[in-house]
Amino acid sequence: MELDNAKKVLEVRHLKQYFNVGKRDEVKAVDDISFDIYEGETFGLVGESGSGKTTTGRAIIHLYRPTSGSIKFNGQEIIGLKDHQKMQQFRRDMQMIFQDPYASLNPRMKVKDIVAEGIDINHLAKSDADRSKQVADLLATVGLNRDHASRYPHEFSGGQRQRIGIARALAVQPKFIIADEPISALDVSIQAQVVNLLKKLQRERKLTYLFIAHDLSMVKYISDRIGVMHYGRMLEVGTSDEVYNHPLHDYTRSLLSAVPVPDPEFERTRTQIKYDPKYEDGSKKRELVEIVPHHFVQCSQDEIPMYRERAEKMGLSVKELG
Amino acid sequence: MQSNETILKVNHLKINFNTYAGTVKAIRDVSFDLKKGETLAIVGESGSGKTVTTRSIMGLLANNAVVEGGSIQFHGKDVLKMSQKDLEGLRGAKIAQIFQDPMTSLDPTMRIGRQIAEPLMVHRGVKKEKAMSQALEMMKLVGITDAENRINDYPHQFSGGMRQRIVIAIALINYPEILIADEPTTALDVTIQAQILNLMRELQDKISTSIIFITHDLGVVAGMADRVAVMYAGKIVEYGTVDEIFYNPKHPYTWGLLSSMPTLDTHSEELASIPGTPPDLLDPPKGDAFAPRNPYALKIDTEKQPPFFKVSNTHYAATWLLHPDAPQVTPPKQIIERQKKFAEMQREAAAKNQHHQIEEEEEQQ
Repeated sequence: MELDNAKKVLEVRHLKQYFNVGKRDEVKAVDDISFDIYEGETFGLVGESGSGKTTTGRAIIHLYRPTSGSIKFNGQEIIGLKDHQKMQQFRRDMQMIFQDPYASLNPRMKVKDIVAEGIDINHLAKSDADRSKQVADLLATVGLNRDHASRYPHEFSGGQRQRIGIARALAVQPKFIIADEPISALDVSIQAQVVNLLKKLQRERKLTYLFIAHDLSMVKYISDRIGVMHYGRMLEVGTSDEVYNHPLHDYTRSLLSAVPVPDPEFERTRTQIKYDPKYEDGSKKRELVEIVPHHFVQCSQDEIPMYRERAEKMGLSVKELG
Repeated sequence: MQSNETILKVNHLKINFNTYAGTVKAIRDVSFDLKKGETLAIVGESGSGKTVTTRSIMGLLANNAVVEGGSIQFHGKDVLKMSQKDLEGLRGAKIAQIFQDPMTSLDPTMRIGRQIAEPLMVHRGVKKEKAMSQALEMMKLVGITDAENRINDYPHQFSGGMRQRIVIAIALINYPEILIADEPTTALDVTIQAQILNLMRELQDKISTSIIFITHDLGVVAGMADRVAVMYAGKIVEYGTVDEIFYNPKHPYTWGLLSSMPTLDTHSEELASIPGTPPDLLDPPKGDAFAPRNPYALKIDTEKQPPFFKVSNTHYAATWLLHPDAPQVTPPKQIIERQKKFAEMQREAAAKNQHHQIEEEEEQQ
């Protein structure tokens, strides 16, 4: 993808999401992160549990009220948005697919009502017949059939439930979908089916994805660009090939060296890189700095030369200082 | 480290579950053996029967389970016929298990030192003080930092990775002959997972226990296993050494599993996926259970269950494709790549030692 001319759909600046602010047990779940997502791309967010990746997704879609910072969606500031109509439009444009297909569908609602809930709220159906037709179309889109509409969630397998969750998200014709670990609860053979479905929908509907996951090989496969999070901070951002083939931050290197690979020869010779979080201590102010064009690393001013040298050693053309 | 002594032999195991909806045929004729000091990985999707198999080895089957046939031989005794008392002497002493979820497999109200020492006191009659000092040694062995000060802490004071270390310490304190690890790292982050897997490998070298490793993550299998058994719908469909399964798989289900996982080098527009879902074991299909999802299925697959065909002395696969009369099929692209690597590895091995057996295997290629 040509990043220089791409349109930014989402601009996150200095986003902070703290919990229990001012109390003894204050948690800085997301601590001053900034990144952009371009139109039509898949941005993968990786990190270990507790790194703040899910909180970031939830803060963006406004399930939480961010502590501070700015989130612009198509140029419109979302934090503190008071205009009811604009807010409703935002909620239509941005939808979410949840991790656990067993917990994210109401067990007492029929599939057609689950899928059509957004249609009803936004008054998108002209008549009952239109509503049924839209539901049937959505189910067909995600690979289910119209007979499934009158069943309850417990009658479906995990993969099918996740398809229902995807149909629900698509019902309001969103432009942007946040998928929070959408496949980690599924079996390997079913994971590939769901990932292929998500990719197909993206091509057909020109969707933009924020894909949150801890399975690094899957994130690498599905994403155009990747952000690596740790302790609530964004440590590295770049195209997925760049981040995986030429990781600059020590944490990214350590994380990648721990990914199990289905190749016994590789596994026998693998060495795991230990991580020393000295590049994250609180004593210095650190921000994302563009070391190689479109490849950012969180560092302080005096660490920049080290990363530039590291990138040069890898044979990358570092960004002009300016 | 590894020897040829077989310590566990599972023969034609069949287990049904009686449910209100009917009889679920969860294990349909499973046989395998476990050698001293080796790691056998059992891989498969949820519902394929991998957990039920190991639970039957531990004598931990649910009340509605019926063992329909088969035997589990451990030191010449059939575990399935043992009394509760004999089983209690086995569990935690000779055969120990690490469960999937470290958050729920510890007692939240008991100090961890006591929990680690308990199997010693129960099975060996070790006095409390001595047991506690051995527990402390074990805590150090599994890498719990500052063990002296933490021995009296409760489980909630530890992180997920540390809790799984505690679970491993409990399982290993009696130096069991068999360790059953049921998805031991699935609930953990990759970096912690790598630490725990390294730990298990180290400890296996130290106390030469055999490990049955259950997982659905083929990446983990590649790094841990000596031998691999692939299960589908209550049956083993293919087994062999780790290299044979990863580089020379013969069963279309194994092909599907291997090619549906993206590696860090996968670039294709679409992932190879296995269509459909696993069969309902209330009423298992007549022929090969994988046939409805198998693009390579032959007519006979829907009629008759395939027997095991021999690929090498250590490698067997239950697919009609290996029958001499079966048509030649081209496996998925990713699998062909893997087979090329296998042929290369075999050539290298043959070049290294002029052992005639290896040459024979190569001829079969």
